Amino acid sequence: MNQRKFTPLLFLLPGCAILGAFIFYPMIQAIWLSFTDYNMIQKNPDFVGLANYKELFADPLFWKVLGQTLLYLVIVVPALVFLPIFLAILVNQQLKGITFFRSIYYLPVVTSMVVVGIAWKWMYADQGVLNYVLDTFGVIDEPIHWLTSTSTSLFAVMAVTVWKGMGYYMVIYLAGLQAIPTNLYEAADIDGASKFRQILHITIPLLMPSIMIVTIMSSISAMKVFEEIYVMTQGGPLNSSMTLVYYIYNEAFDSLQMGYASAAGVILFIVTLMFSIVNIAFMNRREQAMKG
Amino acid sequence: MKLNAEALKQEPHERIAENEAQQTHPKPKKMKRKQKKTKPAPRKIIKTTLSYITLILVSIIMVGPFLWLLATSLKSGSENIFAYPPKFIPENPTLANFGAVLEYFPFFTYLFNSTVVAVLTVGANLLFCSLAAYPLARMNFRGKNIAFILIISTMMIPFQLLMIPIYILALNLGLQNTYLGLVLPHATTAFGIFLMRQAFLTIPYELDESGRMDGANAFQIWWRILMPLVRPSMVTLAIFTFMMAWGDFLWPLIILNDQSMYTLPLGVQSLQGNFSSNWRYIAAGSIISVLPIIIVFAILQRYFIAGAMKGAVKG
Repeated sequence: MNQRKFTPLLFLLPGCAILGAFIFYPMIQAIWLSFTDYNMIQKNPDFVGLANYKELFADPLFWKVLGQTLLYLVIVVPALVFLPIFLAILVNQQLKGITFFRSIYYLPVVTSMVVVGIAWKWMYADQGVLNYVLDTFGVIDEPIHWLTSTSTSLFAVMAVTVWKGMGYYMVIYLAGLQAIPTNLYEAADIDGASKFRQILHITIPLLMPSIMIVTIMSSISAMKVFEEIYVMTQGGPLNSSMTLVYYIYNEAFDSLQMGYASAAGVILFIVTLMFSIVNIAFMNRREQAMKG
Repeated sequence: MKLNAEALKQEPHERIAENEAQQTHPKPKKMKRKQKKTKPAPRKIIKTTLSYITLILVSIIMVGPFLWLLATSLKSGSENIFAYPPKFIPENPTLANFGAVLEYFPFFTYLFNSTVVAVLTVGANLLFCSLAAYPLARMNFRGKNIAFILIISTMMIPFQLLMIPIYILALNLGLQNTYLGLVLPHATTAFGIFLMRQAFLTIPYELDESGRMDGANAFQIWWRILMPLVRPSMVTLAIFTFMMAWGDFLWPLIILNDQSMYTLPLGVQSLQGNFSSNWRYIAAGSIISVLPIIIVFAILQRYFIAGAMKGAVKG
């Protein structure tokens, strides 16, 4: 009431100063850089118009990388949407020691991607455990060069992304599952519905909000995949596991083509923006639904 | 929601009625279910056993790679770590690899750097996000909606686009190889402001009013009345930010070139370069580096999982 005009600003100032300096200002600069030939060495970059974008669209590697990024998305997102549902159902049972199992499944989430990447690099070794297990069950006759063959490297890295992310999305689904009233299942039990039918007709429909959240979150993070590639394959062999962010990183910090890399960054932004718009629209709708 | 639930209650019932006409199976199934009601014991035991078998199989998939790394780190120099079939139990378990790797791998320096960065990032986020969230939740001022929309919109901008200008900015500010350089770009997050705003919105307005009657100013109301009431959200935010800062790889990779400033993830990555194919040392170093976060997780797991659940519900 006797609140002075600048009081709200004082509260907002520190946070907004940081967001301004490290998000809004860099955002404008990134767009500007994408129209220049900035490369760290020469101090005064020239404005080159759309040259970076033209070069980008003419680069077959860019299209390969973009294609691989979308392939990443198309495979990793469905896996991260569906597998964790079953994990969540599994750990939502009233059993002794169930919290222990929940923690075990969450362990890869809290472990840094570098250690996860190293552990899997060792699993993927030619004489490693994965080849041994597949050999024992007769799936393969000779070892697969998971990370060092152009036909498998991208998929091998995808599997690690899924393995590390499952626990996180499992917990999101667990929250969703626990919000489903148990009397629905009791009613279905009395009607003689099988467990499978109960999952199909009760669990999945009522879990839809969580499924939406997981779809959006995992899509955005799949577009930005970097660490597992850096740790396990460095984009190789022959760029077969390179994705968009790794490409940007390489162009910016290896080749020092900051202007060119910024143009690729703007493309990344446009693609993730499309997912984010869906996200915001969905969040707003949910907030309104909760209020109403 | 209620309508949905009602509809669902009916739907399976009808569908099953339809199926019963076509299939022969449902009837015996129903009998079994009835038996279960009167004599639950044997069926339940089988079901529980199956659940545990599945739980344990999945557990093996989730911890197996870590255990294999641990086994490798414990193998002595005389044992062939590339043996095929792989030996899961070390012949002569030894801690020698850990001792050796610690001579080249300044674990405690990396641990200290990671801790400083994580603590500063968490502290900055708790303070700045809850400060900024307060007027957005409980004051009326011009431009409030625009400010909120601008803040939320930052969530849509990928760091991977910003990293190039932020790198240039950090170099110009002399932040390369400094803690400040590691912390500042993540010192406030739109997610944190959003989370704290939601928390403040749930607190009744009467509390602010009574505080004002007692002559408290806005800052005192925020600090003395509201902050103690939003502790659960602070815990959620703290854990989110901690995980982000502790596991961050890309930004430290860009802004650090001085090994003595490395955080744990960068230190572990450098093992791969330093010991190219000495997997005993790489494994030992990796295992040491995950111990701190595993200990923290073991103690606070309840908060980790509850926090992730809450974060999800909040969107």
